[in-house]
Amino acid sequence: MNKIFALVDCNNFYVSCERVFNPSLAERPVVVLSNNDGCIIARSNEAKNLGIRMGHPLFQCRDLVERHRIAVFSSNFSLYGDMSHRVMDTLARFTPEMEVYSIDEAFLSLEGVCSDPEDYARRISRTVKQWVGIPVAIGIGPSKTLAKAAARAAKKHPAHDGVFDITSCREETLSGIEVDDIWGVGRRYARFLRGHGIVSALDLARAPDAWVKKHLTIEGLRTVMELRGISCMPIDSAPAPKKAIMCSRSFGRKVYSLEELQEAASAYTSKAAEKLRRQGSAASFIQVLLIEFPFNHGFPKCAVSSLKIPVATAYTPELSGYAKTLIERIYRPGPAYRKVGVLLSGIVPRGQVQMNLFHPSREGPKELALMNTLDRINTRWGSGTIGYASSGFSRPWWMRQEKRSARFTTSWAELPLVKAS
Amino acid sequence: MKRRHAEERITRIWAFEPRTKLEIPLFTAGISAGFPSPADDFIDRSLDLNEFLVTHPSATFFVRVEGTSMIQAGIHPGDILIVDRALEPLPGSIVVAVLDGEFTVKRFQRVEGKSFLLAENPDFVPVAIEDRTQVEVWGVVTYVIHKA
Repeated sequence: MNKIFALVDCNNFYVSCERVFNPSLAERPVVVLSNNDGCIIARSNEAKNLGIRMGHPLFQCRDLVERHRIAVFSSNFSLYGDMSHRVMDTLARFTPEMEVYSIDEAFLSLEGVCSDPEDYARRISRTVKQWVGIPVAIGIGPSKTLAKAAARAAKKHPAHDGVFDITSCREETLSGIEVDDIWGVGRRYARFLRGHGIVSALDLARAPDAWVKKHLTIEGLRTVMELRGISCMPIDSAPAPKKAIMCSRSFGRKVYSLEELQEAASAYTSKAAEKLRRQGSAASFIQVLLIEFPFNHGFPKCAVSSLKIPVATAYTPELSGYAKTLIERIYRPGPAYRKVGVLLSGIVPRGQVQMNLFHPSREGPKELALMNTLDRINTRWGSGTIGYASSGFSRPWWMRQEKRSARFTTSWAELPLVKAS
Repeated sequence: MKRRHAEERITRIWAFEPRTKLEIPLFTAGISAGFPSPADDFIDRSLDLNEFLVTHPSATFFVRVEGTSMIQAGIHPGDILIVDRALEPLPGSIVVAVLDGEFTVKRFQRVEGKSFLLAENPDFVPVAIEDRTQVEVWGVVTYVIHKA
């Protein structure tokens, strides 16, 4: 039986989330900024049409912003995360087999759940729009790669009205897609392919197997098979736990002192440790990195330091202790610092930690219970409700988020207001 | 012979330092010596308000009320409304609608083929939907949370 995949992709997701709770933004150009309000990471169609590019620094388009009254928002990940869950929960009603691919994309298997995939996809799209308020585009195809290509076409050509099934017009559609835009083909491979006269997705689909395998490895061959309509990548409904957890952020201003850097390292470690515990893991390796402000447009200097943890742990105080020691090791007074990052790796399941005879684990039942309580409080009352004092209180270095909208769906104090007048 | 060889190689003995206590429960379920509770067989789980108030969790939002135009429908300033976007508005439903770019709470009504958004307070005038270009029903109000 032929496989049927659908890729559901939310349109301009962050902007769409803002619009659900702020109806005055409909039809207005809207952009959302990265952490620290630096670059543009989401644009409404109106903003795209004004020529605002992805990743563009805000200060470079101040003119456009003022001239066209573009609404500008800091990123509000509490809101986007909650809205993403709502979209995914809604999608899950339509299929028993689904893979959440990113915050705003999911693969659905439509095998055996409907007789007319396109009609079914239109129903999915209508339901998500009505229930959650988020517009989506849906691509349908016999492989994940083709579903992805179809979703692209669905977005690009208004005639498809947001849903496109590539199955009956595969070759024609692929001939209109450039190799750079194929899922799984990186920029380096794309350049290589162009050098060999392979320009469109159809060219790649027709390349000989042996040549592809030789130059693009087995992964590349898999992509080619998928382009031909042979599914090689199943729906991955239970993603493997992450092998490394990174938490890093640029500061809201220049930071000079060791104390502030240690505060930041401790705060990011808490965040990373929380993620670690959420997936039931412990880390046996910690690395911190410290990035200076680039001097005279030079390449920013970066210092890295790491250590092997004697007994893998997910216990916040122990991990932030290490992070602070590591920062102290690489800190030099003088330069302005821009960013601190903490990486936890060597990840093992929390129940299978290799004990060390000479370093009794600090994470006994008491510590475990303490961490559970901490996580439960922060889940129930909002992240950051309680934490360690070593992460700082006023956090003058914390990222800038001057234009963040309210946490409409995750905080009782910030619910949307409706007028009875 | 082997043992002696091993003994010779011991150069240092580390003290065992127990830092954590491992507690093993003797019985997982308690054994009661008295008369068993006659209610044991009738114990249900406790009640969950979410289950009662929220039918479609992914489509349900909470909003807060400002103003007095719906006072006769039992909606007061500061109340929290439970809004279900999965429901279609029926004549008589209380809805959250978008009016000129703002959220407003009104009763949705149809009279002689015309749609209206009605206030529930004699001081306010009804809004006929046909007269306005920018009206859209955002969701249907299912419950009002009012502090007693």
